[in-house]
Amino acid sequence: MSKFKKKTEVKQEIPTSSMPDVVFMLLFFFMVTTELRETAIEVKQSIPKATQLRKLMRKSLVANLYIGEPTKPALYGKEPKIQADDVFIEPKDIVRWVNEKKSELAENERDQLTVSLKVDKDAKRGIISDVEIELRKANARKLLYSTLQVKEDE
Amino acid sequence: MARSTPSIPNSSMADIAFLLLTFFLVTTTMPNNSGLSIALPPPPEATPPEDVKIQERNMFKIQVNSSDALLIEGEPREDLHNLKDEIKAFVLNNGRDPASSDNPEKAIVSFKTDRGTSHKRFIEILDIIQGAYYDIYADQAGVTNAKFREAASDLSIPENKAIYDKGRDGIPLNISIADPTKVGGN
Repeated sequence: MSKFKKKTEVKQEIPTSSMPDVVFMLLFFFMVTTELRETAIEVKQSIPKATQLRKLMRKSLVANLYIGEPTKPALYGKEPKIQADDVFIEPKDIVRWVNEKKSELAENERDQLTVSLKVDKDAKRGIISDVEIELRKANARKLLYSTLQVKEDE
Repeated sequence: MARSTPSIPNSSMADIAFLLLTFFLVTTTMPNNSGLSIALPPPPEATPPEDVKIQERNMFKIQVNSSDALLIEGEPREDLHNLKDEIKAFVLNNGRDPASSDNPEKAIVSFKTDRGTSHKRFIEILDIIQGAYYDIYADQAGVTNAKFREAASDLSIPENKAIYDKGRDGIPLNISIADPTKVGGN
């Protein structure tokens, strides 16, 4: 019996004094990497997947356009719409929007503006090609179809 | 006189930190700035329609209709497995097969969709076409496909520019994305 009693005296606690340090480290990581959204996206965004992705290095040169079915069909209907910043726009407004985006950049970087199209995978080519024609008119010819990475089996 | 050392209770610090951590965990979105990159042609009115004669043999035609069905070089197709290899063989034909392209500079991959084609299908096909070209470039530059695309993303570094130029030498990225047809409505 005495043998058993001795065994129970072994200390079994996990040291928790360093837990706040660990938590703070994680906290700082997420605080640094996080970016708060400036815009609430009001169109469906189920982004398609692809394998041959290229990255855009400079975020300041990217302007985003969101295209998809509105998430609130009661308010905006079911037809796919184009969202730029915080508002829905029509294809004819795109030239003005591009010029606004260009005027925010330094003069020597204006021709490097890349438009990133974040298109829902169920959207149709029709609306996207309307956008492309307007972008050509606005002379913003660098285009990126935003996609996610597929895991390649090679 | 016993002096009591003043102290702030810090047992709840971990709780507060956890609360903040949870908040940032939930609100964080990792920025996604990657995708398929293309260059659009100049505005329609700036280039008057020229009557450029392109020989039939130098065109690789891919057409997609409004129900996402595929027509490749005039033949209906379901299976996309060999498409990438076919495009590679077409571009690098160099006049060997009289039915295929003269040389990589003349070879054009023409991709035509309908207004009713879904974006998912469009991305799927564009991915295959670009994949074929990147494979060719990577082969010519002697690096892997992933490495070539990484180099192409940042040309400000001289080494990357060297890889990019070596890969692209003599083989332009001739992907023509035509204005969609209007059969399938909006």
